[in-house]
Amino acid sequence: MPHVLVAYTDDEPGVLNRVASLFRRRAFNIHSLTVGPTEKAGVSRMTIVVDTDDQGAARAQSNLEKLLNVQKVENLSIRPSVVRDLVLLRVAAESTVRPEIIQLAQSFRATVVDIATNSLVLECTGSAGKIDALLDVMKPYGILEMGRTGVVAMARGADFFGAQSACTATEALAVNFQ
Amino acid sequence: MRKTGAEIVVELLQHYGVDLVFGYPGGTIMPVYDALYHSGLRHILARHEQGACHAADGYARATGKTGVVIATSGPGATNLVTGLATAYMDSVPLIAITGQVPTFAIGTDSFQEADIYGITIPITKYNYLVKDVAKLAETFAEAFYIARTGRPGPVLIDIPKDVQLASTEYAPVAQADIPLLKYTPEPQYEFDAQLDELVLLLRAAKRPVLFVGGGAVISNASVGIHRLARKLSLPVTNTLIANGVFPSQDPLSLGMAGMHGTRYANEAIFASDLLIAAGARFDDRVTGKIAEFAQRAKIVHIDIDPAEVGKVVPVDLSIIGNLKDVLDGLLAKLEAVDFEPQTKWLGQIKEWKEKYPLTYTQSASIIKPQCVIQTISELTQGEAIITTGVGQHQMWASLYCDHRHPKHFITSGGLGTMGFCVPSGIGAQLGCPDKLVVTITGDGSFQMNLQELATAAYYNIPVKIVILNNGYLGMVRQWQEMFFERRYSETHLEDGNPDFVMVAKGFGLEAFRVTRPEEVRPTLAMAFALPGPVVIDCRVEKEENVWPMIPTGGTVKDTIEH
Repeated sequence: MPHVLVAYTDDEPGVLNRVASLFRRRAFNIHSLTVGPTEKAGVSRMTIVVDTDDQGAARAQSNLEKLLNVQKVENLSIRPSVVRDLVLLRVAAESTVRPEIIQLAQSFRATVVDIATNSLVLECTGSAGKIDALLDVMKPYGILEMGRTGVVAMARGADFFGAQSACTATEALAVNFQ
Repeated sequence: MRKTGAEIVVELLQHYGVDLVFGYPGGTIMPVYDALYHSGLRHILARHEQGACHAADGYARATGKTGVVIATSGPGATNLVTGLATAYMDSVPLIAITGQVPTFAIGTDSFQEADIYGITIPITKYNYLVKDVAKLAETFAEAFYIARTGRPGPVLIDIPKDVQLASTEYAPVAQADIPLLKYTPEPQYEFDAQLDELVLLLRAAKRPVLFVGGGAVISNASVGIHRLARKLSLPVTNTLIANGVFPSQDPLSLGMAGMHGTRYANEAIFASDLLIAAGARFDDRVTGKIAEFAQRAKIVHIDIDPAEVGKVVPVDLSIIGNLKDVLDGLLAKLEAVDFEPQTKWLGQIKEWKEKYPLTYTQSASIIKPQCVIQTISELTQGEAIITTGVGQHQMWASLYCDHRHPKHFITSGGLGTMGFCVPSGIGAQLGCPDKLVVTITGDGSFQMNLQELATAAYYNIPVKIVILNNGYLGMVRQWQEMFFERRYSETHLEDGNPDFVMVAKGFGLEAFRVTRPEEVRPTLAMAFALPGPVVIDCRVEKEENVWPMIPTGGTVKDTIEH
C-alpha cells in the first residue's frame, strides 16, 4: 500500500544520501522521492512514497525522525491531501492526427510545450490517476518518451472545502498500485 | 588565538575531557599526530586500526566515557569499519577521527582516498566531513554531544589534510551553545500516564518478568532495576550485554535469555503474562520464533529510542525515555502500593531452576571450557572485568560467570565481532587500571587482532588473556554437527594454529599452557597475580557444545538440553 511521508530536512550535502541509505538499510521500497526547496531558506522538503503497511510507515517515520538532519516528518497517508505528479510526454504526431491529439490533451488540461515535424511534447500536472489516464489515451498514438517527477503532496487545510470528496494521500495513490 | 586545524583537534579533545586516545598514524593524519607530539594527551599506538577502534570501544564500555580513535585516510579509515559497526550495534559512544586527502583532491581517486563519510553513514549515529577549519570547534561540540547523549553511538569526523594545516581563530564551543536544535537526545517525553498504566498492569500480573537490556547499562539503571525487582519480587532476565545489571546469583535472577540462554529464563518468558522490556531491543537471538515469543504476555517496552518500539514485537504499552528516569518515576508511584509476592509464580520459577540447571559433564582428564570460566569467576569473585570474543567461549562466559556489576562484561552482542576480545580487554584495562581485566577468547577469535599483543606488551597493559583452545571454530562446528551432518567444513583450526605460548612470548608477554584439569586453578591464580599481560592457552575439550540451545526460529519447547 502506498504511504506518503513528507520530511523537512536541512538543505545540506549528504542528506539525500542519508535518507536513501536509511530506506535501503531498513528494507523499505521507495516508489518515488522528490526533493525541493521550501518556504524557509535552508530547509528542503522531501516527499517520499513508500510501499509498505501502516506499521511499516510508522517505523519509517520514527527512523526518519531519528536522522539528525530531519527536522519534522508528516505522514500524509491518513490525512486528506493534495497529491500531484507532473509528466512530460513526447507523443508521435503526424500532421493527420495532430489536431486530434491536441484536442484530447486539452480535455486533460495538458499543454503542448514543443512541436516538431512528427511529434509533440505534452506537459500535464495532476493526480497520479489522471496522468495514468492521459498515458492510456496517448498510448495508441505512440509514446516516444516519458518523464515523470514523482509525487509532491501537501495536507489540505483543517477547514478546507469539500471535505466529503477529499481523499487521503494513500487513497489518491492507490490507483497506481492496482 | 590563531591555531591550525590539527592543534584545534587536539585542544578540543582535551577540552571535552578526553585523557586517552587510541590510533594509528598515516599520511593524511600527520598534522594531528604532530600536534599530539607535545600536547601531553596520552595516545595508545595500536598495531591495526581495527584494534584501536575495539580498544576505544572497550574503554568506553568499561568507563562509561566516550572512546576516541584516530586513523588515517583510505585503508586506515576503512579498517575502522568493523569497529564502528560493532559500537553502533551495541550503542557505544565513540568519536572516530580520520584524516582525508586534501579538499582539492577529494573525488579524484587520490592516493589513500576512500569515501569514509559515505561508507560509514549506515554504521554511525552521525558523521561529518569538515571542509572548513572554522567549523572544527562547532563540529566537535556536536559530535561529543551526539555520541554520548540519548541512545549513544559512534560519530565519525573526517578531516582533510589541508583543513588540518589551515589556521583560524579558535575558541572552544560550550556544549550549551550547540546550534543543533533539531537534535533532541532526550526529548521531554511525558510518561506519567503510561506509568499509571504500568502500575495497573503490574497489579494485575500473576506471572510478571522483567527483561533487561543494554539500555540499563548505559543509563546506569542498575539500582532502579534492583529496587523494582525487590519491591515486586520480579524475576529478572537479561540480554547478553546486560549481564551484571542484576546480580546473577540473586534468587530473582534468571540469567540470560534466548538461543543460548537458561532454560528457566526462556520458560519464564514463554509463560509470563506481563513482560517488561527495559532497554532491550528484542534481538532475534533472544526472541526466537517471534509469533510465539511471550505470546501470553502483555508486553511493555521501555526505551529511549522511539524507533525501537514495535520494530520486532508488537507491544501493548511503550514508555519512551531514559530508563533510569522511568524507573525512578515508577518506583515513586509504587511506594504507596503494597505488593504481595506472586508466590505461586516464584515457586514455578524455582521449580524450573531445579529441573533445568546449567550443567555440563565434568571430566578428570580433559579440561572443560565451562570449568575454566567458573574457575576464573571464583578466583576473581565476580570483581574482574571480563571481555570476550565471539562464539562458544562467549556464551559459556555469559552463562558461567558470576556477574555482579554492570560494565563488567564487555562483549560484542549485536554485531558478534570475532577479534573484539584482546583489543577490548586492552581498552577496558586502560580505562580501569585498578581492576583485574580478564579476556576470555577462543583460538579463532584470538587470532583475529592478536597483533594487539604488541600493544599490551609495549605499554605493559596487564590484561590476562585466557584462550579456550579447542582447535575449532567451535560455534560454527557445533552448528555443523547439529544441522549439517557433522560436515566440519573449514572449521578445523587446530592443524594451522600456531603455538600460542611461543607467539605470546615472541610478543614479549608471559605465557602458559594448561592441558590438565588440575592445572587450571593454580595456573590461573598464578597468572592473575602477575603484574603484566599474560596469555594462558587452555587446551579444552575439542567438541564440547553450548547448551542449552534453541535452534533458530524455535521456541522454548524446542530447547535442546545437551
